[in-house]
Amino acid sequence: MESEKNYIVGIFDNEHHLLHGVKGIRQAGVKIQEVFTPYPVHGLDEELGYKRSKLPIAAFMFGALGTSLALLMQIWMMGFDWPMIVGGKNYIALPSFIPVTFELTVLLAALGMVGVFMVVSDLKPYKKVKTFDIRSTDDKFVMAVDLATNKLEKNQITKILSDNHATEVYYKEFE
Amino acid sequence: MEHVSPVREPLIHGDKSLHDVTNDIVRHVESKPTMTWFLAMSVSLTLLGIGAVALFLLFWEGIGMWGLNKTVGWAWDITNFVWWVGIGHAGTLISAILLLFRQRWRMSINRAAEAMTIFAVLCAALFPLIHMGRPWLGFYWIFPLPNTWGSLWSNFHSPLVWDAFAITTYFTVSLVFWYIGLIPDFATIRDRAKNKISKAVYGALSFGWDGAARTWSRFESVSLILAGLATPLVLSVHTIVSFDFATSVIPGWHTTIFPPYFVAGAVFSGFAMVLTLLIITRKVYKLEQYITITHIEYMNYIIIVTGSIVGVAYLTELFMAWYSGVKFEQFAFFNRVSGPYAWAYWIMMTCNVISPQLFWIDKIRKSLVATFILSIVVNIGMWFERFVIIVTSLHRDYLPSSWAMFYPTLTDIGTYVLTFGLFFTLFFLFAKFFPVINMAEVKSILGTYSSKAIAAQETGKKSEKIEA
Repeated sequence: MESEKNYIVGIFDNEHHLLHGVKGIRQAGVKIQEVFTPYPVHGLDEELGYKRSKLPIAAFMFGALGTSLALLMQIWMMGFDWPMIVGGKNYIALPSFIPVTFELTVLLAALGMVGVFMVVSDLKPYKKVKTFDIRSTDDKFVMAVDLATNKLEKNQITKILSDNHATEVYYKEFE
Repeated sequence: MEHVSPVREPLIHGDKSLHDVTNDIVRHVESKPTMTWFLAMSVSLTLLGIGAVALFLLFWEGIGMWGLNKTVGWAWDITNFVWWVGIGHAGTLISAILLLFRQRWRMSINRAAEAMTIFAVLCAALFPLIHMGRPWLGFYWIFPLPNTWGSLWSNFHSPLVWDAFAITTYFTVSLVFWYIGLIPDFATIRDRAKNKISKAVYGALSFGWDGAARTWSRFESVSLILAGLATPLVLSVHTIVSFDFATSVIPGWHTTIFPPYFVAGAVFSGFAMVLTLLIITRKVYKLEQYITITHIEYMNYIIIVTGSIVGVAYLTELFMAWYSGVKFEQFAFFNRVSGPYAWAYWIMMTCNVISPQLFWIDKIRKSLVATFILSIVVNIGMWFERFVIIVTSLHRDYLPSSWAMFYPTLTDIGTYVLTFGLFFTLFFLFAKFFPVINMAEVKSILGTYSSKAIAAQETGKKSEKIEA
C-alpha cells in the first residue's frame, strides 16, 4: 500500500515517567507524533509543545451569536411582527426577554463549542480507531514516533526511548 | 507534581492501580445481568406499565381525569414537575460547580449524579407536557414556531415560556456534558470488549476516541467551559421555575425570595436523591472503595447547608407575611400553618427543617443507614414543600365562595407512578450498560492517593512522606 506507515511505539508505566520521558526524548531530537493516555495528564500538552486550544474563542462566538439571535427574535416577534400588550408592558420589554436570551446564549455556546470540538478532534460514531497499543485506554501511556518524519534511525530512536523511562519499545506498521 | 497530604484520608481506598480501576468499574458492564438486576428492572417496568395506563387515559379522556378543579388548577402535576426538576439539580451542580472549585471528591459520584439529573428532568418535563392537554399542539404554544394563526408567536413576557426554554436548555446541556465525559470511558470498554456486538456498540458510542494528548487537552478546555456555562445554568433553571409562581399575584407565591429559596431547595432534594441512589449502587456493585464514607459525609454537609437555607426561607416567608401587613398574604400563611392542609405544612417543616439538622451529629452523618433513611425523608419533605406552596396558596383564594379542596384521583397517582417507572427503568439501564463511575477522572487522582501509584511514580525517590 502507498500509505504504509512505520512507527516506533514506546510504552510508559506512569505519568511522571511519561512527562520526564517526553522532555528527554524531545531534547534528544526525536519528533513525537502523538502520546495516548488513559486520562488527561496535566502539563503533557506543554511538554509536547502544543499550543493552547482555541475552543474558548469558539464558545464565546457561539454564545454571542446566541445572545444576538435570541434578542433579535424576541424584539422582532413581540415588537414588530405581531405587537401585543401583555400585562401593561411595552411591546419591547427587555427585562422580560432576558431569561430566554440567557438560555439561548448558553445553549448555543455549549452546542457550538462541542460541535467544533467534535469536528477538530475528528470524533464521530463511525470512525475507525487507529490503535497503537490497546492498553492506552486502560493503564499505559503510549508514545508513537513516526519514522517518516524523523531523520534518526530506527535503532537510535529505540535507544532514546528506552533511555527515557519507556518500559517497552517496539516497531509497528500500519497499512 | 502532586502533593501528598499526610493528614487527609485518601478519596479512593483500597490502594488501587490504574488497571484495578478499569477492572472494578467495567466488571459490571461486561458481566451478564444479575438476578437482582432483572428483578429491579421488572419492578420498574411494572410501574412504567401502570403509569402508561394513566397516560393513555389522560390523552384519551383529557386532563379532567386528574383531580383538578376550578379553584385548584395546579396540584400534583405541577408539584411533581417542580419536585423532579429540583432533584435534577444535583448532577450538574456536582459536575459543574464542584469542578470549578476543584473539588476532587466529585469524581466518584458525578457520573451517576448526572445520569440521575438527566432522567429526573425527563420525568419533570412530562408533567407540563401532559398538562397542556393536547401536547402535540403544545409545541406551538410554548415555542415560537411558524403557525397558521398569523404567525402568532409565543408570549415572551410569560414565565411559562421562559421555563420551557430553561428546562430544554438545561436538559440538552446536561446531556452533552454527561456524554462528553462518557466518551473516554466508552473507549476503554470498547478496547476490552470480547464479542463483536459490544465492540461495535461501544465503538460507535466512543466516537473513535483514542486518548491522544491533543484531544485530551481540548477535552479539558471543553469540560472547563461547559462547567462554566452549566454553573449559571443550574442556578437559572430553578430560579425560572420559581418565576412561574413569583411573577403571579397569588398570595403565598408573590415573593421575592423565591429564586434563592427554590435553588437551595432543589440542591437539597437533589443531593438527597443522589445519596439514596448511590448508597444502593455502591452496595450492589461493591464500590465501597470508590464511594467512601467521606463522600457520603461531604454530601451530608451540603444537605445541612441547603436544608438550613430552606429552613430560614420558611421562617422568612412567615415573618414577611406578617410584616407586610397585607391581609391576603397573612391569611395565606395563617391558612398554611393551621388550615385544612396544616398536616402537609407540618410534615414539610419536620422533614425539611428538623431532619437535616440531625446531620450535625457525627455518628448520624457518617452512618449509611441513617443517611439513607434521612435522604428519603428529605425528599418526602421536599415533595410536600411544593404541594404546600402550590395547593394551599390556591385552594382558598380571594373569593370564599369558590374555596375548595384538592383530592388526587387514581390518574394523579398513576402519573406520579409513571415517572417513577421511567426514572428507575432509565437508571437501571444506565447502571447496567454504562460505567457508573468516571474511570478517566478517578485514574487521574490515584497518583495522589494510592501507594501503588505513588510508588510507581517515585521509583528512585524517597517515599518517607507517604508513610508519615
